[in-house]
Amino acid sequence: MGAKNRISLGVLVGGLVLLPLFMRNPYYIGVMVFIGLYSLITIGLSLLMGYAGQISLGHAAFFATGAYTSGILTTKAGFAPVPAFFTAILLTACVAFLIGIPTLRLKGHYLAMATLGFGQIVYIILNASVEFTGGPSGFGEIPRIQLGSILIESQISRYCLVWSLVILVLIFSLNLINSRVGRALRSIHGSELAANAMGVNTSKHKIQVFVLSAIYASMAGSLYAHFVTFISPSSFDLKFSILVVTMVVVGGMSSVWGALVGTFLLGLLPELLRNFRDYDILVYGFVLLLIMVFTPEGLIGLIDRLKGAQEKRSLKAQAKLS
Amino acid sequence: MSGLNRKWTVVICLLAAFSLLTSTCTKKKEAYKVGAIFAITGPASWLGEPERNTVQMIVEQVNAEGGINGHLLELIIEDTVGDETKTVNAVNKLIEKDNVLAIVGPSRSGTTMAVIPIVEKAKVPLISCAAAETIVEPVEQRHWVFKTPQKDSDAVIRIFEHIKSKGMSKVAIITGTTGFGDAGRKQLKKYAAEMGIAIVADETYGPGDTDMTPQLMKIKATDAQALINWSIVPAQAIVPKNMRQLGMTIPLYQSHGFGNIKYAEAAGEAGEGIIFPAGRLLAVDSLPDDHPQKAVLARYKKDYEEKFKEPVSTFGGHAYDALWLVIDALKAVGPDRAKIRDHIENRKGFIGTGGIFNFSPEDHNGLTKDAFEMLTVKSCKFTLLSE
Repeated sequence: MGAKNRISLGVLVGGLVLLPLFMRNPYYIGVMVFIGLYSLITIGLSLLMGYAGQISLGHAAFFATGAYTSGILTTKAGFAPVPAFFTAILLTACVAFLIGIPTLRLKGHYLAMATLGFGQIVYIILNASVEFTGGPSGFGEIPRIQLGSILIESQISRYCLVWSLVILVLIFSLNLINSRVGRALRSIHGSELAANAMGVNTSKHKIQVFVLSAIYASMAGSLYAHFVTFISPSSFDLKFSILVVTMVVVGGMSSVWGALVGTFLLGLLPELLRNFRDYDILVYGFVLLLIMVFTPEGLIGLIDRLKGAQEKRSLKAQAKLS
Repeated sequence: MSGLNRKWTVVICLLAAFSLLTSTCTKKKEAYKVGAIFAITGPASWLGEPERNTVQMIVEQVNAEGGINGHLLELIIEDTVGDETKTVNAVNKLIEKDNVLAIVGPSRSGTTMAVIPIVEKAKVPLISCAAAETIVEPVEQRHWVFKTPQKDSDAVIRIFEHIKSKGMSKVAIITGTTGFGDAGRKQLKKYAAEMGIAIVADETYGPGDTDMTPQLMKIKATDAQALINWSIVPAQAIVPKNMRQLGMTIPLYQSHGFGNIKYAEAAGEAGEGIIFPAGRLLAVDSLPDDHPQKAVLARYKKDYEEKFKEPVSTFGGHAYDALWLVIDALKAVGPDRAKIRDHIENRKGFIGTGGIFNFSPEDHNGLTKDAFEMLTVKSCKFTLLSE
């Protein structure tokens, strides 16, 4: 995993444990729960976009598959939330696999278009199959998750559940990146042709990471369904797909940490901007603009740059001393 | 010595003045905090904006008249953007951070459904401005939830009654694929069977669609005697235009979601003669002077149009009714969430813009089908349908 990643992970876990001690208000914890849900999706997207170099504008569809599978199985088929959670993962993985085979043959704008189209198709299905999905009105009364004797109902219990999952997913993803598969993915990002020539099975790896990111999104979807207990198609539209992609881009695609930074920023920003009332959208847009103009490589790039400058300075200082 | 004394006198005087000042400050009564969440921006802003304007206007009026029993009314307004996740966060904020006594809104059915579990758990009264009947039903699971817009089913019944009175029995329906359109579609199908009306075509359109010709072509090919267009989004104004282009002459009925004069303006000439059920706010000028709602309606219309220089819509009226219900309860029982809830649940004869509300433990909407009038569009204005 690398020493750097271990330190970052340690800092994250420490921060997450300490946070509820200082922020006792359930409202803030609730905001953190949603950031956790988004993080699950953006970590997967970061693997897909940053490492494998493939874009997806249809991840709302996988988020929806998770949420609707969990919701329908628990309300209509009498499933308990936990088995429904895993069934949703299985179903989403199958869908992603089938969608991935033809679409991942495409590149650049064409891939973006194909995934966007897929997202829209799922959105239309959710709206049109009224008997099954409840149509545009959605459906509610989704049961809460029961883990042993603990009912996941309070904000703090949701916080613990979702962030434990995020940490697990993060550890898995960091290990993956530093494995043979991770190196293969990065070679695809660099040059698919060269990777192929070196004997990397590029199409296989691309589909693998696509399915993995879909599974992460499905997990987030299932948890969303059980947390909010009501779902309707409007939560799974194109806007959502764009939001998660924006989080990854703003944070920086060069590492999964960038995805987390972007998710925190864009998850917190709307809440912080509540004081601006009607002007919140303006400020939001302005912040995005500043980030994209001054750190086109994302916020994580800024951190790297600052660190680089500091190292240079210390090197200079050392040189002067000697 | 005397200099020192004088100094002390000044200090004591200042202290006395200060304590007097603080004591007058503490004497001032604490403000009543009420939350309001509307879709002020985003795809449903045509609902949220008049609602926001309305509640701001009411707060100014109430506080200018000295507040509620001497307490100022403090309204904390949040924007849902019509998005469920944002609404959940906003309601959590209102309850946990601002500690509001009651919440007015949200504007849309979906966002309301998403926050019902939260207010039920936190035991905070919520008066929704959204239409779907599932918001207040089943009522035993909606202990803390009320709504001010009229019932979809009552609108359906009024439309079907009018169709039957004209001797027609076969209708086509075209509905928008939003929560409002979908709920209407279900009610239309349910009551068609009960009232002996045949639905010969059942078409839908998306909220962003710009042309409904294909759906209308299909309807034209049937023997439908009337068309019911059920939607709340601006796209609904395209249906009458397309009908005119196709030379369709069957009468067009719209839902109470047509209750914004902008929609009639968007439909232009093609909108003439559209028949729809709506609250009396839109036809206040043609109401008789002795109608119990006349005074409330006329005042709201005058205040709103003078202040915001735009015509009132029924949506702003829903927020008007919701906030006045809360103020009415605060006046009677003071700052206690449970007492506010109980007071609203037992409120009878509350005259609002949407009708005369008679709440009960079995009915958290409090309106009947008499809250509707059948209106029509004449020279780009809403008027009472004479027959």
